[in-house]
Amino acid sequence: MNKYTERIYNGVVKENPTFIMMLGMCPTLAVTTSAINGFGMGVSTLAVLILSNLIISALRKVIPDQVRLPAYIVIVASLVTVIQLLIQAYIPFLYDALGIYIPLIVVNCIILGRAEAYAAKNPPLLSVMDGLGMGLGFTLALTLIGIVRELFGAGTLFGVQVMPGFYEPVAILTKAPGAFLVLAIIIAIMNGAQIDTAANDKVESCDGCCATCGKPCATPKQETAETKEGETV
Amino acid sequence: MTSLFMIVITAAFVDNVVLNQFLGLCSFLGVSKQIETAGSLGAAVIFVITIASGVANLLYDFVLDPLGLSYLQTIVFILVIAALVQMVEMFLKKAVPALHSALGIYLPLITTNCAVLGVALNNVTDGYNFIQSVLAGFGTAVGYTIAIVVLAGIRERLAYNENIPKAFQGAPIVLLSAALMAIAFCGFSGLA
Repeated sequence: MNKYTERIYNGVVKENPTFIMMLGMCPTLAVTTSAINGFGMGVSTLAVLILSNLIISALRKVIPDQVRLPAYIVIVASLVTVIQLLIQAYIPFLYDALGIYIPLIVVNCIILGRAEAYAAKNPPLLSVMDGLGMGLGFTLALTLIGIVRELFGAGTLFGVQVMPGFYEPVAILTKAPGAFLVLAIIIAIMNGAQIDTAANDKVESCDGCCATCGKPCATPKQETAETKEGETV
Repeated sequence: MTSLFMIVITAAFVDNVVLNQFLGLCSFLGVSKQIETAGSLGAAVIFVITIASGVANLLYDFVLDPLGLSYLQTIVFILVIAALVQMVEMFLKKAVPALHSALGIYLPLITTNCAVLGVALNNVTDGYNFIQSVLAGFGTAVGYTIAIVVLAGIRERLAYNENIPKAFQGAPIVLLSAALMAIAFCGFSGLA
């Protein structure tokens, strides 16, 4: 496995942003009411992630260290605005379904986390592969959760009826509480299978604070002085 | 007057920002181990969101909208929120040191709390004016505080419970508690 395919494997399996790192939980829970919504959100984030990694990596020697976080935020916010306008123009049903969660991709920990942890230190092509891997991992996870919720909550899959007629859909799974329920069960399964994740503190993550995601999420926690300085906008 | 009151109630309970809209989920799950810290974070969030939604509304109504630049709202709002939090922190440090020492460490954490940006964007979508925006922001933040303090109360009890199955210890049981809270909050949906 060369270092480019290793990045893909890392994002999809080893450091899967959703199941292992537990990042970007807001969109994960909010938009996975159906498989297509989860997939759409995943692909939108994937596009932003690849482009932001590419641009930030290309500019990594130009952006002064002291103002890197504001600079990253402006880059990411601009990309998100572009993607939002594109979705609004070409996939209106997805725009209506995802609503406010499209602009909120800006504050998705995964994007700033990868910018700071990877793209700021590595050459553009590797950073693009890193974004691709992480984005694919995120898309896969969201689609999976969406499939589970749609299948048991509505009896359909990508809008097509698949459950037999006598199956009574568990409607709560497509509502807000169902999101928490499904995620709880998924993490419990991961715990039961003894997979190391951020949820059982085997993997260091940003401990529930998106703002600290400015520092690399996958490495042991450091003193917050660095974050403090980075926050000086 | 009633409609203004309804905006607060709707924002706090019916469309609860965490349990119904999943915004600010990271800190909801991360900083809810103790009631005291959860309460302080909640107070800081109320402070910041109320101010931020007012400022964001003024910017949108008097700068972005008249100039036809409303597509820039995401970029402008996130930068304004980040700068605002910084300014609030500096102001508190000088003017109200007691409040700063109580809320200080939480303020930088709120910058990228998606709830702040979410409220600002929601207010634009709902077409709220200045007063409505501020009230919606306040209500949302109160809803956040209620949710995180209640969850912290549950977690303080859970910490002494030894009957939880091994696989469900830690994050899963917290999420299950949140799910039950979300079901309870569904009861408010008839209000609006």
